[in-house]
Amino acid sequence: MPLLKGRNIVEDAWTLLADNLELPEAGFVIVSLDRFIRDRDLLVACSGPIGVRLSSAQSPELIADALEVFSLIELEFPAFTDGRPYSYAQLLHRLGFAGEIRAVGNVLRDQYLNLKRCGFDALEIKEGETAEEWCIATGAFSAPYQVAYDTEKPIMSLREKRLAAAS
Amino acid sequence: MYRYDEFDRKFVNERVAEFRGQVARRMSGELSEEEFRPLRLMNGLYLQLHAYMLRVAIPYGTFSAEQMRKLAQIARTYDRGYGHFTTRQNIQFNWPKLEDVPNLLAELADVEMHAIQTSGNCIRNVTADPYAGAIVDEVDDSRIWAEIVRQWSTLHPEFTFLGRKFKIAVSASDYDRAVVRFHDIGLFIKKNDAGETGFEVWIGGGLGRTPMIGKISNEFVPAEDLLSYLEAVLRVYNMNGRRDNKYKARIKILVHETGLDELRAQIDAEWAAIKDSALKVPEYEIERIRVYFAPPPFETLNAVDRGFETKKFENPEFSRWVNGNVVAHKQVGYAIVNISLKTDDLPPGDITADQMDNLADLAENYSFDEIRATHEQNLVFAHVKQSELFELWRELGEIGLAMPNIGKVTDMIVCPGLDYCGLANTRSIPVAQRISKRYADLDQQFDLGELKLKISGCINACGHHHVGHIGLLGVDRRGEEFYQITLGGSGAEDAAIGSIIGPAFSSSDIVDAVEELINFYVEIRNQGERFLDTYRRVGAAPFKSRLYPEKLDAAA
Ligand code: HEM
Ligand code: SF4
Repeated sequence: MPLLKGRNIVEDAWTLLADNLELPEAGFVIVSLDRFIRDRDLLVACSGPIGVRLSSAQSPELIADALEVFSLIELEFPAFTDGRPYSYAQLLHRLGFAGEIRAVGNVLRDQYLNLKRCGFDALEIKEGETAEEWCIATGAFSAPYQVAYDTEKPIMSLREKRLAAAS
Repeated sequence: MYRYDEFDRKFVNERVAEFRGQVARRMSGELSEEEFRPLRLMNGLYLQLHAYMLRVAIPYGTFSAEQMRKLAQIARTYDRGYGHFTTRQNIQFNWPKLEDVPNLLAELADVEMHAIQTSGNCIRNVTADPYAGAIVDEVDDSRIWAEIVRQWSTLHPEFTFLGRKFKIAVSASDYDRAVVRFHDIGLFIKKNDAGETGFEVWIGGGLGRTPMIGKISNEFVPAEDLLSYLEAVLRVYNMNGRRDNKYKARIKILVHETGLDELRAQIDAEWAAIKDSALKVPEYEIERIRVYFAPPPFETLNAVDRGFETKKFENPEFSRWVNGNVVAHKQVGYAIVNISLKTDDLPPGDITADQMDNLADLAENYSFDEIRATHEQNLVFAHVKQSELFELWRELGEIGLAMPNIGKVTDMIVCPGLDYCGLANTRSIPVAQRISKRYADLDQQFDLGELKLKISGCINACGHHHVGHIGLLGVDRRGEEFYQITLGGSGAEDAAIGSIIGPAFSSSDIVDAVEELINFYVEIRNQGERFLDTYRRVGAAPFKSRLYPEKLDAAA
């Protein structure tokens, strides 16, 4: 599936590894949490990069002691109304995860701004969809009201700046 | 009053444009109804029994004459000439057409209003004490903090797809005029011994099918840490609240199932990690907002206005209205005036477009251009000179809004019920109207004193029946409309959830049953005792045996 990163559709080097398939030495595979728990030693020893996919019922707390193992964490939205992964992404950043955070599953393009603001780096979109369509949402607001993970300056600090400029 | 600066204005306009795009995609079929539903709900647009309904926010209940006139115009253009004030400082309009809604929202934006987060599984319109800035018992103006929470929660990227709706209310008083303890988060502003401002935080209150009184999760969150604390509560709730069953998805269930101490520990851990971050509320922003809520230019007046005292003496009807609807103001010589929307002519909370226009004029002339909406579906003029009360009363009377029944049996909270709502078991409005007729005699209402009667057409409890001194809940009995009675609830500082008294009554018997309960109260009350106090003193049993005598006969 096409991968949207920032404003562009990019090449995706990763594949999702079914639980019954063998681990390739080169890595670039995404495993389930179950697989990680089962084959943890094997995965840690793998020389290539490893990713994990968490369902919306699986909190990153479950892998908090193994974050350095992963280069990629996929957070799955079973339905676009299930907003748990937004908090998971914030939590992952807070726990110090430095790899890529991806959204997979069911997301509406109206939610792209929220994803970005909560610290998702990339998003799987459907075949045939364009980056332009998805980026309408990210351009909808000139400034947000609140801080989130993103570096976007919230309205409060714009006010402060204006105040400073005036004095 | 808070006024938008260029940032607020731009934001709201951009939200209108975004929603216009979403409506266009729905109309073109690009969005399915299932996909559109959460998007429209997040902007207050419901699909009801007969048509769409738009819920417009009146943040912390304060609005101006200009805004009221706009609401009147919207009522005329898009509704059928009415507006309906709800229990959460919102106003609802029935019948707007989907394709008209973006324009309607643009018109609202012109007067700094919106429908953002008046519905949906997000942080809802933040409510506050309707007497804020006017009442002597407050330690601060709760609207300042409600505005700070409003801005933080508006389109919050992390909390727009919660497990369920999330309601926040703010009060700065020991008297609870905003049902704070029945909110997902209730905030009481406090001053500590050092004179610093902070918040007593209650979590997990709510009505609906599992009514619960909130519990204190933190006794004093310093003011500057308010947003990080709220964010910690919301994050813990968003990650851990149940998603398997929408009836168990509110934070009240998480509090109940996790236990307060454990949940508090989780919140505190999250809070500790984010407290010292950009979430700190800067002093300049608090002060910027505080300025908007500075007291209006009051005149220096005498405590007693001779003319006012004379008018009360001469005119018993005026005197009764003053007794019933007027509350002492913290500024000498001023008064807080409640305007009842429980009149003979319209359903509770309803108001005509002409009345709205008239009230706008009156607010300009008598109350510094400020109007408040209350959770009891009434309005308030917060700053009226005592010396002008008589004139105001006369003018309110001319537009049918001088009903002196605040807090009395006919001042009911009533949900739309089966007349409008697709989830209803029963009608609510006609029952309220029959009760109003039965107790039309104002002397009798005053004799009964404070009596809070609340009616919901189904277990979702939009009519707050759980916290009525007398609550009526519509139930379906083999296709017939029946009403179950609860007694002893309160949404105020003496918060309590009412108990079901016995089997439900048919629509034709329910008003007699209510009257029977009230008659019994009158027979056994002590001097000066409210219905609720009598009930609390004697317990449910005597009321029950009065209401269901046949049960006693059978047992004997
Ligand atoms: C007619 C359209 C309406 C619909 C479809 C509707 C639907 C609902 C539903 C499903 C709930 C239960 C939520 C839950 O427990 O999670 C609820 C609760 C509530 N609604 Fe409504 N409602 C409507 C109108 C109103 C109106 C007009 C008011 C105000 C008069 C109102 C005020 C409330 C309140 C205060 C609650 C209780 C909140 C709580 O549980 O803490 N609703 N509504
Ligand atoms: S209580 Fe039930 S009937 Fe009344 S408005 Fe709410 S959902 Fe509808």
